[in-house]
Amino acid sequence: MIPAAFEYSRPTGIDDAVRALSEGGEDAKAMAGGQSLIPMLRLRLAVPSVVVDLAGITDLGGIRDDGDALVIGAMTTHDEVLNDELIKTHVPLIAQATATVADRQVRHRGTFGGSLAHADPAGDLPSVAAALDASFEIAGPAGRRTVPASEFFVDYLTSAVQPDEILVSIRVPKLGGWGSHYEKFSRVAQAWAMVGVAAAVRRDNGTIADARVALTNMGATPVRARAVEEALIGGPASADAVAAAAERAAEGAEPSSDVSASADYRSHLATVLTRRAVSAAGRL
Amino acid sequence: MTHISMTVDGVRYDDDVEPRTLLVHHLRDRLGKVGTVVGCDTSNCGSCTVLMAGNSVKSCTVLAVQADGSDVTTVEGLAGRDGSLHPVQRSFHETHALQCGYCTPGMIMAAVDLLAENPDPSDDEIREGLEGNLCRCTGYQNIVKAVREAGAAMRTSGQQVPPAKPAERPETAAQEVTT
Repeated sequence: MIPAAFEYSRPTGIDDAVRALSEGGEDAKAMAGGQSLIPMLRLRLAVPSVVVDLAGITDLGGIRDDGDALVIGAMTTHDEVLNDELIKTHVPLIAQATATVADRQVRHRGTFGGSLAHADPAGDLPSVAAALDASFEIAGPAGRRTVPASEFFVDYLTSAVQPDEILVSIRVPKLGGWGSHYEKFSRVAQAWAMVGVAAAVRRDNGTIADARVALTNMGATPVRARAVEEALIGGPASADAVAAAAERAAEGAEPSSDVSASADYRSHLATVLTRRAVSAAGRL
Repeated sequence: MTHISMTVDGVRYDDDVEPRTLLVHHLRDRLGKVGTVVGCDTSNCGSCTVLMAGNSVKSCTVLAVQADGSDVTTVEGLAGRDGSLHPVQRSFHETHALQCGYCTPGMIMAAVDLLAENPDPSDDEIREGLEGNLCRCTGYQNIVKAVREAGAAMRTSGQQVPPAKPAERPETAAQEVTT
């Protein structure tokens, strides 16, 4: 299993990378950590003419504090995310979900932005980004643009990042005063999520003041469980109320059936995992 | 062809490679580092694990060109110059942490990486830390025991993990090989 031959370029600037992708045409492919792309190259599911390696672009790294939000460079590795104090302090949901991504080896190479741009519906981070209302800065031939999470995930393995564009950074609002939790169910260690649930809850004493819930692998893109959120917000912070709201987790979702789970089973999991995730996030 | 330069087990190598060459194939086929094996070839089993800049990676899921400029340690680079085994190697030997042995190079490298970050892991932390490595003989019990005992041995001896960097190993740092 050896990839098909391709040209390789390793630019050091964002504009150079965009130019290399434009010049490479529609068969050019940007590579971040390569932990999704290289398996696809090996299986020849991807046969790009040019691979543009983003690893040499220092402007794509780093995590910075930007007031009410964190800005995470797209090339920040999962391992760097896990060890970052800003993330632990302000958006621990990202650290908790990232710890469940693949295994140590993959987390050393794989990147936060690459995982999001790859837009695998079974990936853990897209639903986290959806729950956090993240926004995405994208660079292309026409300059920079910003896309909200609600528009970033377009379809199965398809994000808003066009073939001649690269993801630069992800802006994540800080969650001061919120509790959060990522609940994942998978068949074996290191496996993809059968279903996952990212939840963030802000309590006002005995009431749930605000709630955000997003589902992993319950459709071609991450799904915001709006019915659950509506049922929770303004209601009592009680186990019964959470259980009742969680019954609505799969409303509007279109989960697939595959070798690891049927659509019905995924819907069942969505309810169970939503109850667990919201309970943990709300410390119930 | 793309020109790359990397240090592997303390020796610098300069090569021209096809960009599609996987790091594991470069290590084995070009540099003769056959201690690192290819297991599943699908990023699952971890038997091809090596350290890049001190971090464990699956070398079947890294292109050789991505390792340009890197310091790579394979299982062949762990033992001392006199042949004395690294504490993790010795512990795998002494606790019989292998049956067929195919997963062993990757298990050892993953364990070296884990112990560098967490010198005193619990059994659960060892199992989770090695989740990227599969043993199809299912010899996990003794593997966990080996990692636990290696950690204890290293904490007692103050052994460095990973092994001393090439610059600190004058016997090899002077070497330069072009293949």
